[in-house]
Amino acid sequence: MTATTARPLVELAHRIRHHIVELATNSPGAHVGGSMSATEILTVLFFDDVLKVDPSNPQWTERDHLIYSKGHASAALYAVLAERGFFPVSELATYKQPGSRLAGHPSRDIPGVEWATGSLGHGLPVGVGISLANRHDNNTSRTFVVLGDGECEEGSVWEAAMSAAHFQLDNLVVVVDRNGFQEDGPTEEIMALEPFADKWRAFGWQVADVDGHDVTQLSEALHRVPFASGRPSCVIARTEKGHGLSFTANTHTWHYGKFSQEQYQQALAELSGEVPS
Amino acid sequence: MTETITPVPGSAAWIERHGLSAIDTSRLAQFEAAATDDRIMSLEGDLGDCGGEEFMRHYPGRYFDFGIAEANLVGAAAGMAAVGKIPFINTFGSFALMRACEQVRLDLAYHRSNVKIAGTFTGIAAGFSGPTHHCGEDIAIARAMPNMVVLAPADAIAAYHLTLAARDWQGPVYIRLGVDPTTQVYGETDSFAIGGSKVLRDGEDVTIVAAGLTTVATALTAADSLAAQGIRARVVDLYSIKPVDRAVLVDSARRTGLIVTVEEHSVIGGLGSAVAEVLAAEAPVPVRMLGLPDEYAHVICSYEAHLVRCGLDANSVTATVADEVRRWRQ
Repeated sequence: MTATTARPLVELAHRIRHHIVELATNSPGAHVGGSMSATEILTVLFFDDVLKVDPSNPQWTERDHLIYSKGHASAALYAVLAERGFFPVSELATYKQPGSRLAGHPSRDIPGVEWATGSLGHGLPVGVGISLANRHDNNTSRTFVVLGDGECEEGSVWEAAMSAAHFQLDNLVVVVDRNGFQEDGPTEEIMALEPFADKWRAFGWQVADVDGHDVTQLSEALHRVPFASGRPSCVIARTEKGHGLSFTANTHTWHYGKFSQEQYQQALAELSGEVPS
Repeated sequence: MTETITPVPGSAAWIERHGLSAIDTSRLAQFEAAATDDRIMSLEGDLGDCGGEEFMRHYPGRYFDFGIAEANLVGAAAGMAAVGKIPFINTFGSFALMRACEQVRLDLAYHRSNVKIAGTFTGIAAGFSGPTHHCGEDIAIARAMPNMVVLAPADAIAAYHLTLAARDWQGPVYIRLGVDPTTQVYGETDSFAIGGSKVLRDGEDVTIVAAGLTTVATALTAADSLAAQGIRARVVDLYSIKPVDRAVLVDSARRTGLIVTVEEHSVIGGLGSAVAEVLAAEAPVPVRMLGLPDEYAHVICSYEAHLVRCGLDANSVTATVADEVRRWRQ
């Protein structure tokens, strides 16, 4: 991928962040930090021909499955699904409004949402089951599971990781949004995850470590899966929590929150600058 | 030439071949269903040796042992169901519903996943194994989850049929089973439906509502003993605890007044509660609940001794029902 081909993805990620800002302002609040950190991951998955999906036929049996296990960061997911055409972009304005489909945590009522998540540690076991069933059916569809890093403190993640290697699920890919924070603070202070990549390797996964805000690095890794035949693939996307805005970046204080009008204006001003290349 | 005749389920020949263990006949139903439906998967949690061997031998591609990791076991079952499979989770009831409770709640119940849990070692059947292997809260937990069907077959024959009924039901089902052979209640002409019940005895003085292995047979024995005392007891097998047969409960309450429930489950949240919830709203009558006391077993003893200790043997049930009948006659 060259700078020229990366440009549309960078611009899309920028547009996704705009949506997140709107959602965090015009709703009771949003999980801003984790949405901002996952923006490029979702953008590359959905807009760089990584995921085989058809927005006009979300239940297409040959599709790849995306399990967005860090369901609290729904603002980013909704923005990406809308921009990808699963539902109208105008519907984003209903986020957390009475009668809306767009709850704080996603449900399967929303086109493109494969699994209702929000309670952490559920996505990878479900992904293991989908991958096993697809392999049984000789269905070449793949399953991508996006995990939060704090989520990886849940034992169920490692139960599933162990089984994915045991069952040799090379049709299963994990992308960890390694933003370094969880609700109460830095992961290494709350419950240390490092050496994180080594843990995945020890559980039998083939691991790639990338800059999770560099669409070129993400694209290269996600188009290369499976990294090894007969083994599940893990992409550790090193990200920054709250990436893209000066006051939300690199802190857990914007794990969740609502933007004031002042913060909204500041966010717009910061995002109206030149799109970063 | 030897002709192989498949005996009718519930017949003497069938029982001779397959025995009266509910998990064995549930496994048999799963195995037979798998022969004609390749969506059926057998999912194990390192307890596949409890009757899963034949499935493993014949359908190794649809037999998955997830080891000792029930959260992943349940979540993976949900994932399989999401792409059209019908997974049967075979493990202890307490491990599926309590160790992996939130996976059952969200990944099965909330998602209406087409997954069936065949839970063994329920109640206090594990006897000497002690409280870690007793399971007296499963009905309460499963019943409280929206979308969850809860079945408690009375014997191995009902377990066979209700496993097939679970297979045909679109959505999550918990089937409460046991390992050891239990008293036969049903025969080859009986059929069972989710939401159904069986009136096994008619009577005017009291209704004994029971569900599950051992207890329904105990209720029938008690009814016979009560008859000898001049007490005519109606006996209902409420094997479908959720959805519950409201009509049979209301009808029974109107016929007999007093209801006594018998279950090998905590007196909190189980069969008795399900019955009381219906009757309190639709036909209020006295309801006496017999079940496991609200405590973990503090004595080490056999299954049979536990039943006596908890007042769930036939003699105790007979005496309690007789006392209640006399009390409410006054």
